Amino acid sequence: MSRFRWLAVLAFASVLALGVAACGSSSDETSSGGSSSSDLSGEIAGAGSTAQQAAQEAWIAEFENANSGVTLSYDPVGSGGGRDQFIAAGVAYAGSDAALSSEEGELEKATKRCGPGELIEIPNYVSPIAIVYNLPEVEGLQLSPETLAKIFSQEITTWNDKAIAADNPGVDLPDTRITPVNRSDESGTTENFTEYLSEVVPDVWSYEVSGDWPVKGGEAASGTSGVVEAVTAGEGAIGYADASQAGELEVAKVKVGKEFAEPTAEAAAKVLEESPLDKELSQGKYVLAYELDRETESQGTYPIVLTSYAIACTRYSSASEAETVKAYLEYVISPEGQKLAAEQAGSAPLSAALTKKVTPAVEAIEAG
Amino acid sequence: MAQVDTTTNAGQLLAAASGGRRRPGDRIFSNTATAAAVTILALLAGVAIFLVAEGLPAVTAAASELPGGKSLLDYVAPLAFGTVLAATFAALIAVPLAVAVALFITHIAPPRIALTLGYLVDLLAAIPSIVYGLWGIFVLGPAAVPVMRWLEEHLGFIPIFEGPASVTGRTMFVAGLVLAVMILPIVSAVAREVFSQTPRKLQEGAQALGATRWEMIRMTVLPFGRSSVISGAMLGLGRALGETMAVTIILSVSGAVSFNLISQANPSTIAANIALNFPESSGIAINLLIATGLVLFAITLVTNMGARAIIARQNRG
Repeated sequence: MSRFRWLAVLAFASVLALGVAACGSSSDETSSGGSSSSDLSGEIAGAGSTAQQAAQEAWIAEFENANSGVTLSYDPVGSGGGRDQFIAAGVAYAGSDAALSSEEGELEKATKRCGPGELIEIPNYVSPIAIVYNLPEVEGLQLSPETLAKIFSQEITTWNDKAIAADNPGVDLPDTRITPVNRSDESGTTENFTEYLSEVVPDVWSYEVSGDWPVKGGEAASGTSGVVEAVTAGEGAIGYADASQAGELEVAKVKVGKEFAEPTAEAAAKVLEESPLDKELSQGKYVLAYELDRETESQGTYPIVLTSYAIACTRYSSASEAETVKAYLEYVISPEGQKLAAEQAGSAPLSAALTKKVTPAVEAIEAG
Repeated sequence: MAQVDTTTNAGQLLAAASGGRRRPGDRIFSNTATAAAVTILALLAGVAIFLVAEGLPAVTAAASELPGGKSLLDYVAPLAFGTVLAATFAALIAVPLAVAVALFITHIAPPRIALTLGYLVDLLAAIPSIVYGLWGIFVLGPAAVPVMRWLEEHLGFIPIFEGPASVTGRTMFVAGLVLAVMILPIVSAVAREVFSQTPRKLQEGAQALGATRWEMIRMTVLPFGRSSVISGAMLGLGRALGETMAVTIILSVSGAVSFNLISQANPSTIAANIALNFPESSGIAINLLIATGLVLFAITLVTNMGARAIIARQNRG
């Protein structure tokens, strides 16, 4: 027993020492980098979507590098939690995988929080969702939305099913059992994927749109990495994951119109660019909630994407807060910011046309 | 029992020697010990109050207000089932193994090997559960796939091996095995401690009467250690009931209520379900998760009380 106690003491002491060292080095940095390259200062907090976490962390690191007087934080509490905290004025900005809606009065409450300024809601993070599968000897699998829905609703159970064969003429398909893999945790990826299925093939996919996977009996894994790991491990497995995380897995092409499309960043950005605004949700000058055109037949688009929004106000009571939020969001939607997110988080950069549409919202931020 | 008597005697002797007065050292010691005990109680009460207060909104809410539109009972029942199934399966594997390991270390192995082995078993407890989880999905899971296929083929008539066998190995079977490895050191440490205290007189007496080593162990060591082994098993069961990270990572959960250990459709456990759904939950959904935590608290409490009752009966009889 006493040996364990000594170990515990040792561990505690080393943690303490590390903590002290970390504090020391960070205070050193502040003192040496005293002259900041900009006059921005203060602490800004954001919260919300876990999908945006990697991108937000990269943006914050870059932004703090350029503006040493600023401390930014992003708490990945989840989209719902982020919206709640934004409405309660607990955070200056929020990230959300779904646009604010009037269903639970969130849109009205958020607009009220920003009064007398305007509410800002702009897409800032777009990520294609890839269909990954594990079938040795079958490359470039092609799937129509109907077949995809039947596979994930467990209606099709073997790989040599007629429906899959019809999508892949001339391909020799094995009789392996299909293991559909879904997320076991609640996620925006699941929500966007089920939304795609229920909009494009409602007669095949009868389940509700939900962040919780609605079909029972499939293989479930936690997080994007868990899904990728499960598909890698199981022969005959198929799953959905952020395209950037697909790694070495084979990625299926999904039928859009007459062609089969791959989940590239350009194709994902293009579908958002071609989508109309959701009139019901876009209540406000700077509220740009897109109604993704999942049924698009336009060539070069890929409709299974996750769109995440940045939510902020045009008016903040303190000048430093307004300036910092403005500068930060300007950086986020800028080509450099979007490129950084593409590199670090595998998102699809906003197209030039879309950047042009969202820029006025960010430029409207002022103190008051 | 004999030991307890000696300590009491020594205590009385000491008290008599000091003239019956309590020394300052005694007072400080007794006060510190009392304070520690009170702190434990206060902590436990604090956790219970938190669970009840935060879980209450979900308990009183109508089913339609809860996410998924299911009542609390419908929501928590499959989770509680999964929790108990995983923990029981783990304990069924770990306890006999732990007792065997403890017997080997205390009565069979040569001293040097016994010492090393005991140290290694203790080391198992020092591995973080997330590492066990990763080991489960990267190593044990894939390795168990052919085993589970074999079980499905040859023992498929038994409901627990009904299949169809998972191709990824993220099953209740693998999760239970990993949990068994995790609780092994606790159970075996308790068993080892008590087996080594079996009175020499009894052991030598048994051997003098012509008992073989196995007969000696069966007649003296096992009965002497029985109640401690039970309480060790319950400690292990408690750990398995509450284990979160390893199960979260390994188990493929789909809410199915089934004894089938080797398929991809498994019930989730309460702790894993909280870990999986907390990050994207808000409002009443969090209250619901905390209410399930209260149920886990109750299950663990009942398990421990059951263990106490069994031990008390053993000691009386």
